[in-house]
Amino acid sequence: MCMTLVQKILARATGQSSVRVGDVVEPAVDLAMSHENAALVINQFLEIYKGVPFPPKVWEPSKVAIIFDHRIPAESAKTATNQKKVRGFVARHGIEKFHDIRGDEGGICHQILAEYGYVRPGYVVVGTDSHTTTHGALGSLAFGIGATEMASVWTLGTVLNFEVPGTIKVEAQGRLGPHVSPKDLILHLIGKISAEGANFRVIEFHGEAVRSMSTSGRMVLCNMSVEAGATAGIVPADEETRRYLRDEAHVLQDIPPVVPDADALYDQVVEIDAAGLVPQLACPHTVDNVVAVRERQGVKVDQIVIGSCTNGRLEDLATAAKILKGKKVAPGVRMLVFPASWRVYRKSLEKGYLSDLMAAGAVIMNPGCGCCLGVHQGALADGDVALSTTNRNFLGRMGNPKSEVFLCSPEVAAVSALTGVITDPEEGGGR
Amino acid sequence: MKDGSIRAKVAYRVENDLSTDAIYPGKYMATVLPTETPQYAFADDVEFNQKLRSKQVPPGSVIVAGTNFGCGSSREQAASCLKGYNLIVLARGFARIFLQNAVNLGLRTLVCPDIEAHEGDELEIGDAHVRNLNSGQTFALQPLPEARRAIVAAGGLIPYTRKRLLQSTADAR
Ligand code: SF4
Repeated sequence: MCMTLVQKILARATGQSSVRVGDVVEPAVDLAMSHENAALVINQFLEIYKGVPFPPKVWEPSKVAIIFDHRIPAESAKTATNQKKVRGFVARHGIEKFHDIRGDEGGICHQILAEYGYVRPGYVVVGTDSHTTTHGALGSLAFGIGATEMASVWTLGTVLNFEVPGTIKVEAQGRLGPHVSPKDLILHLIGKISAEGANFRVIEFHGEAVRSMSTSGRMVLCNMSVEAGATAGIVPADEETRRYLRDEAHVLQDIPPVVPDADALYDQVVEIDAAGLVPQLACPHTVDNVVAVRERQGVKVDQIVIGSCTNGRLEDLATAAKILKGKKVAPGVRMLVFPASWRVYRKSLEKGYLSDLMAAGAVIMNPGCGCCLGVHQGALADGDVALSTTNRNFLGRMGNPKSEVFLCSPEVAAVSALTGVITDPEEGGGR
Repeated sequence: MKDGSIRAKVAYRVENDLSTDAIYPGKYMATVLPTETPQYAFADDVEFNQKLRSKQVPPGSVIVAGTNFGCGSSREQAASCLKGYNLIVLARGFARIFLQNAVNLGLRTLVCPDIEAHEGDELEIGDAHVRNLNSGQTFALQPLPEARRAIVAAGGLIPYTRKRLLQSTADAR
């Protein structure tokens, strides 16, 4: 019936046999996620109920998830007070998918949703966070919304007046080379189609490079799809999705994957020679300002950051630990590592990655968003250059508009930590 | 130009891809209430922030932007802080989440793909066109999609959702 994956999912979520691009639909929400900004959602939710002759009620508490991650532990009294307000609401409304500031179950919201099996193929997931797109990695339609829209979802359980988006199909042919990661693939794509190249549309990822990629890698692709303006990024669920859900998220039921029709109609097809890619770098101050790492080789770096919902997972820490083991972070360079969750932290600890990183001079931070959004835990000085595995390098993103942020893969970050300058792992910085 | 058109001055001009980090920096995100967010509008851009706070920018003034205005974070503060000054954003294009937030909160946004204007220019804004009174040029406005018009007509997403909630409970009875 010529439907793309997003059309298939929206047809199911609206109880129709098909939907067309441009149709206005009201899909039922399977999961609604917020973080600290739940404080604002609560405010707007109570506004909706003003003058309503019955008490406020969350439509389906089991479908709401709230995870503290942006400012943990609280960096200010104001944040602590917001968090306290959210805790009270969570208890009153019986929201069980709540992850507080705890070493046994916390972490970055997008990592927690995947790890805990809250997301399934075919789901409609909304989050008050633009990187909610991450969850397309499990074959769901997942997108960011604002706090007021979330308050509306909490009230009615549907997204109101949603326009069915068109889809860009990305075909990533061949396998990625030994020093090339999913981060390089997505940075390359963003550079190619620009920061608004996918505005109001969905990116559907196909090709050998994607099929042979771990769920963790697919999360990188979908996570950063929003940096090309995409409403969502999405990878059709397959055997690897099943494996992840079963072995890593401990989801016991088998979920029939939703896949696009073979004759689906795409707005645009973008082909990428994944096998021919070299390590990529997004230069200040836009994510689509992308060049090959070797073109900026030698730029002096003050702070290296490994972490975030993009690249703070176990395989990212493993990559960094392997490179830094037995070596030293260059003098004058501060290297900060933020595991994406406490589960990632614990596994990295067990595997010895954290002690290798510490011995090399890296600082292991508590799981959370850390300095990614420029609030705390690693401010930059005027004139500082950061090289980071996070996802945004906008002017002032890391808290100081007089600093610069470059974005790269964990491998590029790690080899550059050793040299103190931006270094291409394919040119001498290799393992 | 039709009746109902308004005149407004361009208070500021910004480039393409202006992110929500620039409109409302992450460090102020713990401030959430729409009554409190305006003080941090463009906080890293000290000069414009000062102008806003010292009321040198009259309500109804226009920010003229390039493409992809409001890209990045979904933080709603970026829309509520501008709404607090009753500004109008006239852009060549918007990022999706920002545009939806603006519609939901009642911040006036206009898509004008070819707009050319400088700071200080006076604009005449109608239903389908914008005229730059300084250059004499006229530019077409893109109509708001049907899906968003209903929310604007209801006065924002809060009243719109409230109406739907009351309808659905009435239907259930
Ligand atoms: S790690 Fe950064 S990009 Fe990811 S959710 Fe946190 S602040 Fe946002």
